[in-house]
Formats: sequence, structure tokens, C-alpha cells
Amino acid sequence: MSTRFAYFACVLTLLATALHAAPYTPKRGDDIIEQLPMRTDPAQLALRQLRAQLAAKPRDLELATSIAQRYIVTARAETDPRYFGYAQAALAPWWSSPAPPHAVRLLRATLLQSTHHFSEAMQDLDAVVAADPANGQAWLTRATVQTVRGEYAAATASCARLSSLANELVAITCIANVAGMNGRAAAREALLDATLERGGDADPAVRSWSLTLLAEMAGRRGAAALAEQRYRRALALTPRDSYLVGAYCDFLLDQGRPRDVLPLVQEQTRIDALLLRYALALQQIPGQQDALRRADDELRARFGAAMQRGDSVHQREQARYELQLRGDSKTALVLAQKNWTVQKESADMRVLLEAALHAGDRPAAAPVLEWIRSNRVEDVVLARLAKQLGTGA
Amino acid sequence: MMRALLSVLLMLALAPAQAHKPSDSYLTLSVKDQQVKGQWDIALRDLDYALGLDQNGDGALTWDEVRAQHQVIATYALERLALSAGPGACPIVAGEQLIDQHTDGAYTVLRFTAACAAAIDALTINYRLFADIDPQHKGLVRLDHDGQSSSAIFDPQQARQSLSLASPSRWAQFRDYVRHGVWHIWIGFDHILFLLSLLLPAVLMPAAARQSQTIKAAFIDVLKVVTAFTLAHSLTLSLASLHVLSLPSRWVESAIAASVVLAALNNLWPLFRGRRPVVAFLFGLIHGFGFAGVLADLGLPQSTLLLSLLGFNVGVEIGQLAIVGAFLPIAFALRKTWLYRQLLTTGSALIMLIAAVWLVERAFDLRILTA
Repeated sequence: MSTRFAYFACVLTLLATALHAAPYTPKRGDDIIEQLPMRTDPAQLALRQLRAQLAAKPRDLELATSIAQRYIVTARAETDPRYFGYAQAALAPWWSSPAPPHAVRLLRATLLQSTHHFSEAMQDLDAVVAADPANGQAWLTRATVQTVRGEYAAATASCARLSSLANELVAITCIANVAGMNGRAAAREALLDATLERGGDADPAVRSWSLTLLAEMAGRRGAAALAEQRYRRALALTPRDSYLVGAYCDFLLDQGRPRDVLPLVQEQTRIDALLLRYALALQQIPGQQDALRRADDELRARFGAAMQRGDSVHQREQARYELQLRGDSKTALVLAQKNWTVQKESADMRVLLEAALHAGDRPAAAPVLEWIRSNRVEDVVLARLAKQLGTGA
Repeated sequence: MMRALLSVLLMLALAPAQAHKPSDSYLTLSVKDQQVKGQWDIALRDLDYALGLDQNGDGALTWDEVRAQHQVIATYALERLALSAGPGACPIVAGEQLIDQHTDGAYTVLRFTAACAAAIDALTINYRLFADIDPQHKGLVRLDHDGQSSSAIFDPQQARQSLSLASPSRWAQFRDYVRHGVWHIWIGFDHILFLLSLLLPAVLMPAAARQSQTIKAAFIDVLKVVTAFTLAHSLTLSLASLHVLSLPSRWVESAIAASVVLAALNNLWPLFRGRRPVVAFLFGLIHGFGFAGVLADLGLPQSTLLLSLLGFNVGVEIGQLAIVGAFLPIAFALRKTWLYRQLLTTGSALIMLIAAVWLVERAFDLRILTA
């Protein structure tokens, strides 16, 4: 009995130390305590040189905007939000100005959008397109924000302005992105497919964007083989695009193919959204309890840290985490409802309906069901959920 | 042992990589009288971006490279933090630096002290760390004072904030926990039913002694049972709340339901006979873990841990005494009636049924009684 008690006490102590690691002094001077970006990396080197130039001339508009642009590209490529902060720092002399130069204002809108400050971003974008109607990038960013917020007619109008300003594939992809949400999916998917196959654009990033959207559209109408083929083509173009990888993982999870998810994400678990997919895949594979528990602990710590700083950028992922990994449908529903007030994409509808279904709270689902009906959102998964909620399953 | 070590190493190797997240620092300030003790966790990655810690530029930051820059780090950080109380500044003196891990990597842990001119009512914090190189950086500040914690988020828009130290008195805190304790026993039907099941036979002596039954004898019997129950649950409540012992809550809740079943069964089919105080003690141990679970949900302030624990316990006893105080005179008055016999038999059977449903619900994580 006493040995069992001692064992029990030992396990408890181990757990306590693992959970509340205390500050420590490393034992050896050559212990590596942090891995930083290599200074010899050409991109990092260029950024450092530009940063030094800007420090000497902080009000050089052209230099500041080009640095901010580079940091935004890096932030997206690495899915690392610290670079958004560095971009904002480069724009500091103009950041708080009510009407900064257009170039700054467009970048400011992009940064505001990245932290989900959509209405502030829209103010800047409206001002830019009013003063400079030929600014294709501004129309495109505007369309993106409008689509996320569920303003489909306005988003389509923004996309339409692109047709004379950008190349055809960008404009068609922009329109198709809205079409899946407002009852025009089939026609737009065919048009986008045809435009892509005509080779409308050589830029692999744009082609990958179009292919990702085509894959999602195929997935939403249940054409799994076609979706799979399009995801693979997109991945061949941009294998590290975290949005694309996340979307493909969701598709694989829906298809019951969790083992195919692991190799896609196990090198990219720094990104919360992909760590979530990794954990969801482990959950579907028998005998992975230990790895799953570690991923779960890590996710909980990360969502905790985000909540501590008052961030709501990951509420959609957090709702999914609470629902699918922790089985806490009530918390998931609250998060999904908060998220719904900010974002209105297909994934936002799905997590809210799933949480409402599991929580047995049909009234909570009503606004989303009404949204799906009145906008004629086409998606087989959403349709199935709506049916389950409607018939009281 | 070797296997255990291997599995620990394996765990470290497979742990998910560090997160990509926006930059934050974690600043904890503990205030006592005029003194402030600080601990400031700042990401080494951010310090490297500001100061270039990685001297050889190979991307691998060693302890030697960090240690060599401790003075520079302390100066840089503390120039961007100012504390004041009332009109007077509280000069900060840097202490040692350690290392800690957060979700996005290794942080330096800068310890410091600050002395204010007079006792502190409100601490004004001026926070400007990294405001120039990363305006999205946030300072997450926690202020501890007399067992109370408050927190605030600092960024360039809210760089200067005053945190008030007013905290509820110890007496108010104690009263709060007494109230929680009373409330818990009042809504904790399982505890009430357990106690009542054990007390029902207290006013009924064996047939031979029935003529000489007095309220005093009944009172002594009740006293024994209640004292045993109280001693036991106070013991485990304290041990569990102080993290000396712990049991899985599902197991505890199921065992509590089982204890009610047995206590009620005893009234129909004598199991314990004269040993009811012993039984009350044994099951009291389990009920104590149940109380501890509630207390854990409420949260115990660390500095007033014992006081709050005592308050909760006192509350539970007050609630329990109120129930016993109401039960004993009524039971004694009714003890020879048909009604009381029915209460003992049919009532106990009913309690058993309810508790059995609880047991099934809790053991198999089902919902039967509640909607």
C-alpha cells in the first residue's frame, strides 16, 4: 500500500513539474536555448539592411512602404504574425494619421485585416478606391474583406472593378470566391475552371489560389475525386501555403483519411491552425493517445496565451478545438457565436452548426440556418447539418 | 528506470514545435508595503530583433551569448518601464536573469525590485517595451497584492495605466467562503440524503431499550454520527485542497452516490448496526473529496489559502448543523408514528432508488434524472 502511495505521489510530482515548469539557469554555456532566423539567410539579410536604411531615414515613404510590403509577404509566407508588427513599425510616422498617403493606407488596411479589424480596414479601403479607382490591389483586398464579412453583393461589385485592372484569372477567382456563398456556384466553378485551363496567368501563387478555390468548390458539392486532384495540383505549386494545407487537411479529415494528414502538417505545427489539424488527425487514428495528449496540451496553452493577450483572431479554430478535441460543446458554441459576429465564411457556419447540434441548442443555430437559406449557400456538409438540426436529430 | 528515461526523451523529441504568435511579454509585480518585486519574461527572439543577441549570426542562440548580454538586456528593458506610486517614482534595480519556456519559445526571466517612497495605494505603470519596433507587442501585466491578483494589457495605445491595490479584507473573504460552504451543502442533495439516511434510525433504539429512549440518548447518537462525518470530510477536504491527496472526480462522485445507496439500504436491511459512526467516518472521507472538487472550482487564493479553506469548512458545518437541528426535534416527536416508520422504510427505499440512478449516471457518464 505504501509503495503504491509513493508511486502515486511521484506521478503527481512529475505531472506538477511538467505543467508548471519554473524559470531555470541553463547548465552549460554552449547550451542552445533558442533557434532564431539565420542572419545569413538572404531574405533576412535584405530585411536587416533595409531596416538599417529606414532607421536613418524613417520618413522616407517609398522605403517605408517597400519594407512594410516585404514584412507582410514574409508574415504570410511564414504564417508568423510578428512580421505584421514589424511592418506596422515601418509605417509608424503615418500610422495614426486620419488620411495617410494611399500606399500607406492600403498597407494599413491589409494589417488591420490581418488582426480582424474589418470595419477599420474597410474605412481605409473605401478611401483608397474613392481617390484611386484604378488601384486593383485595393479592390481585391476590399472584395476579400467583404466576402469574409458576408457582404456578397458588395464583394461581387468590388471583384467586377478588377476585371479591367487585373488579369482575367484574378478577377474570375475573386468572383467565384463569392459565388459559392450566393447560389451561383456551378456556373462560376465552370467559368473559373475554363479560365484557369486557358492559362490566364503564369504566376504560380495566383494559379494555386484559383486551384484551392476550385478544390473547395468541388468539395462543397461532394465531388471528392475532383477536389482531391485540384488540391494536389495546388500543393504542387505552393506546398507551404498554410491556408491551402489547412483546407486540404479538412477535406482529408472529412474523407476519413487522417493518416494522409500527418505528413502534410507535422513539419508545420508552429502554425496553430495546422497543429489543430494534426491533433484532429491523431484523434481519428487508433493508438495515438500520447501524441494526441501532447498536441492537445500545446493547443490549450496556445489558445490560452492568445486569450490572455485579448486576441480573437483564432476563435474559429478555438471553437473547433473545444468541440472536437475537448468535447465541450457549450464553450465551443459561445466561441462560434462570437466568431460569427466577425466572420461569415463556410467554415464559420459549419463550426457553429456543429456546436449547436452537439449542445442541443437549436435556437443558437437559427441565425446561421437563416443566413444559409436566404443567401442560398451551397455546401453538402452545411446542408446535412441544417437537415439534422431541422429534423431534431 | 532506463525505459522511463527513454520515454521522457521521446516525449521531448515529439513535442510540437514552438508556436508562431504575436509578441507578448509577461510582467508579474508583487507589491508589499512600499516594495515591488518584479519578474519580467521577455522573448529572446524579440530581444534579438532589438539588440542582436545572436553574435555569430548562426541562428542558434546559446546561453553564453545571452549571458554576455544580460546587462544590455536589463538596461534596454528597464529604460522602457517606469513604476510610480502617487507623485513619486519607484526606481527599479535589476536582479538576476533566468530562462523560461513559453508557447513560442525561450524567454529571459528578468527579476527586479523597486522601492517606492510611501506605501502604495495604486501603482502607475508606464510600459513602452518594443513600442518602436513592433507596435503589435503587448505587455501582459499581473499585479499581486495581499492574495489578490489583477491584470492589465499594455500596448502603445494604452502605455500608461494605474492599477489600484484595494482588495477585499480578509474577513470579507472568509465570510465569502463560509457562504459558499453553506450554499454547497444546501444544494448538495447527495450529502443531505447521506446524512439523513444515517440519522433516520438515531431516534429508534433497539426494541428492548425503546421504553427508556430519551431525546438525550438520540442526541448523543446523532452527535456521534455527525462528528464522525465532519471529522472525516474535513480531513480529506483539507488534504485535497492543499494538494496532498487527489482522486479522480468521476470516481469520487460515483463513490458518494454509492455511499448514499448503502446508508439508505442499512435502514431496510441492517448492515452497520451499532457501527454507524464508523460508517459515517469512512464515507465522510469520500464526501470530503467531493467538497474539495467544489472548492477547486471556486479557486483558492494562495495567500489566504488556509483562511478560505477554514471558511468553506465552517460553512459546510453550519449548513449541516442547520439540517440536523431541524431534523432531530421533528424526528424525535414523530418517532413512534406510522408516518415515521414509513419514512424509514419507503423513504429509505426512495433515497436508495435516487442514489442508484446517480451512481449509474456518474459511473457511466450518463444523464437520466437531469434534463
